Amino acid sequence: MTDPSTIERHSYDVLVVGAGGAGLRAAIAAHDAGAKVAIICKSLLGKAHTVMAEGGAAAAMGNVYSEDNWRVHFRDTMRGGKMLNHWRMAQLHAQEAPDRIHELEDWGALFDRTPDGLISQRDFGGHRYARLAHVGDRTGLELIRTLQQRAVALGIDVYMECTVTKLFQEGGRITGAFGYWRESGRFIVFEAPTVVLATGGIGKSYKVTSNSWEYTGDGHALALEAGASLVNMEFVQFHPTGMVWPPSVKGILVTESVRGDGGVLRNSEGRRFMFDYIPEFFKSETADNEAEADRWYDDKTNNRRPPELLPRDEVARAINAEVKAGRGSPHGGVFLDIASRRSAEYIQRRLPSMYHQFKELADVDITAEPMEVGPTCHYVMGGVAVDPDTEESTVTGLYAAGEVAGGMHGANRLGGNSLSDLLVFGRRAGIAAAAAATAAPSERVSISDDDVTAAADAALAPFERQGGENPYSVQQDLQDIMHRLVGIIRRADEMQQALSELEQLKERSAQLSVEGHRQYNPGWHLALDLHNMLRVSECIAKAALERTESRGGHTRDDYPATEDDWGTVNLHCVLDDDAVSVRRETLPEMPDELRELFEEK
Amino acid sequence: MGYDLNMKVWRGDESGGELTDYVVPVEEGEVVLDALHRLQATQAGDLAVRWNCKAGKCGSCSAEINGKPRLTCMTRLSVFEPGETVTVTPLRTFPVIRDLVTDVSYNYEKAKKVPPLSPEPRQADGTYRMQQEDVERGQEFRKCIECFLCQSVCHVIRDHEDNKEAFSGPRLFLRYAELEMHPLETKDHREAAKAEAGVGLCNITKCCTEVCPESIKITDNAIIPVKERVVDRSYDPLVWLGSKIFRRSADD
Repeated sequence: MTDPSTIERHSYDVLVVGAGGAGLRAAIAAHDAGAKVAIICKSLLGKAHTVMAEGGAAAAMGNVYSEDNWRVHFRDTMRGGKMLNHWRMAQLHAQEAPDRIHELEDWGALFDRTPDGLISQRDFGGHRYARLAHVGDRTGLELIRTLQQRAVALGIDVYMECTVTKLFQEGGRITGAFGYWRESGRFIVFEAPTVVLATGGIGKSYKVTSNSWEYTGDGHALALEAGASLVNMEFVQFHPTGMVWPPSVKGILVTESVRGDGGVLRNSEGRRFMFDYIPEFFKSETADNEAEADRWYDDKTNNRRPPELLPRDEVARAINAEVKAGRGSPHGGVFLDIASRRSAEYIQRRLPSMYHQFKELADVDITAEPMEVGPTCHYVMGGVAVDPDTEESTVTGLYAAGEVAGGMHGANRLGGNSLSDLLVFGRRAGIAAAAAATAAPSERVSISDDDVTAAADAALAPFERQGGENPYSVQQDLQDIMHRLVGIIRRADEMQQALSELEQLKERSAQLSVEGHRQYNPGWHLALDLHNMLRVSECIAKAALERTESRGGHTRDDYPATEDDWGTVNLHCVLDDDAVSVRRETLPEMPDELRELFEEK
Repeated sequence: MGYDLNMKVWRGDESGGELTDYVVPVEEGEVVLDALHRLQATQAGDLAVRWNCKAGKCGSCSAEINGKPRLTCMTRLSVFEPGETVTVTPLRTFPVIRDLVTDVSYNYEKAKKVPPLSPEPRQADGTYRMQQEDVERGQEFRKCIECFLCQSVCHVIRDHEDNKEAFSGPRLFLRYAELEMHPLETKDHREAAKAEAGVGLCNITKCCTEVCPESIKITDNAIIPVKERVVDRSYDPLVWLGSKIFRRSADD
């Protein structure tokens, strides 16, 4: 038993969980709105997954193509998401992204420039015009550093290497959160009427992933357990190009910018196979021959986009099919070739960190030889269902922004739309949370000792058990199940198999024990994270089993067609008696003035 | 292909510790962090290691490998002789928390002292105009992944704990250089670089540049230009006279 009076307590207006782009932007906005704000993050400040984003942030600034505007960006986003996006989120995102990029410059960001001194914009899959603001191929680092430095300059309190395991509620409202310091293992309680979840994604539940250890679906699970619903969880993005060799780097991201800057995909026969995989939906905007595709880089008005720049779901499926057909590269991927198409100087200037990554980790010189690449689990489109304007979930006081929120990207996210999503909705969540928290300061409810004791006991349970299994082996089995049975291509029988194996894992994880003591003990931390990974995996498998069609990031071998009837249905996961249940909801209807954008030729 | 790697890993906490021997099965193409992870998963579940991206982009997994400060995720096992023992110890300059994890809060405290950018007003159309060649100087410094290897190897603080109060270290000098060379900046940060960050204490031995995994020319491109600017201000008699007559404050 932990004595609750010995636990460190703090009181804030707005508690932001997560310090990637969304969390930092939310904290800055809430601070600017006059709220007392704290940021809590599992890692050191500045290490969150945003740092890994490479290509850029999509915003229709029109610096390279003046024809670009928010309507074109909105249309691209909806089509990329196979029309399953929440239209209002896609609209706000497209409208506000340019302002969010510009204000980063006020805070010190140094983007690459056009010849007349504006922010340069690069081509990416699914975007009609060159639209991604970028800094070489390390845009995420620029974004997180800029926001981090801004938050520090504003004096916002940051609790680093601190993990939240429980949200407190009273009468259906959020009252605070419980967590532990990784360094000491000591507990910490935050009293706050609003919590913004900005915890990122779930990729660590898969074997081959571009995601780091932090991506264990914490925010997804916290929201679910607080009574919120998760929408679109069946849609997991497998990025088409991850490294495949050597084994230790399998899954590490190879930026889409390689293709945006002229790189092409080839199979073992040297064929640009993407021409064989252009779906009907994108035929009118995709080049059907190499000559036209190659002309497009310089003349977008008279030529159509190369098929290598189809949305990520299309490209990942095509690579998967080529490898299955026996036309893969020696290590089970395909070839990504920019060396034969661009000069060494151009490649090194545009893609410095890819050059470095392949040189250091794989002994491959990408200016001289092709890379070997294959799909890697990269992003979850699904997340907490929120109000598009405020990012508040169905639980009063609980907000979500960034990857942990759902709806914005529908069935598939376009590259470059994540960094701008973080900024647009991080800011909106911060403003709304600050307004709600400061509106009625006298109503604060304090957190009961019983709740605190229960949270502490749950966190310490793995130490109480002796001789149980080690959390690393359960995690490994989970990653294997999700990869094998709920991966890029899915079937009913395999997903049913996954669900029964997940049940066994739940039982095993309830019996885990950890060695050592509470001070900086990764085994203990993993034992607690596993709970979240299992919850989220159950959501993915159940929602994927329910959706009997293929769409975006969800591909069914047994239901290969995209069905119109499913095009108006969102699946929501909620917690019912400690088990996940899935319910259908009708997609919000788009207003006529937006609908018209899809009727033009 | 695979083989058994002999490792010595420092285990302990602030009260003390020792090198512990392990034999870890490893595979072709692996890095030191892979070996540490396998150790964690199979032999030492509570081994404390910091890491995030495992791709050299986040700067979390810094440690000393055979005495040299490096990123464990970017150190391939193939750089060692077969049969060579790989010794991993925590960064020496920072206090140990546990095993390979150190208390790097010094760096975050120093970062709080760096002044924010004070940019000129935007153009009438709401944009800033900057030329590529002008942003590239700052971009080099902004490649920094905050692995703190430069901080750890800097002998001004590595061997002289008492210098930490007055000296911010190479990572932070990049920040002052960036402000000084930022195309939009309107303020003068030379006094802060000198008084707050202690750039004068650096005697340009270039140890920081040597260990930078991002190959930033910390000494040549950041520290030396900042030192020169500080000296220009301190010793230029006209500036000195002006500062006396017009009573300019430090951040003019």
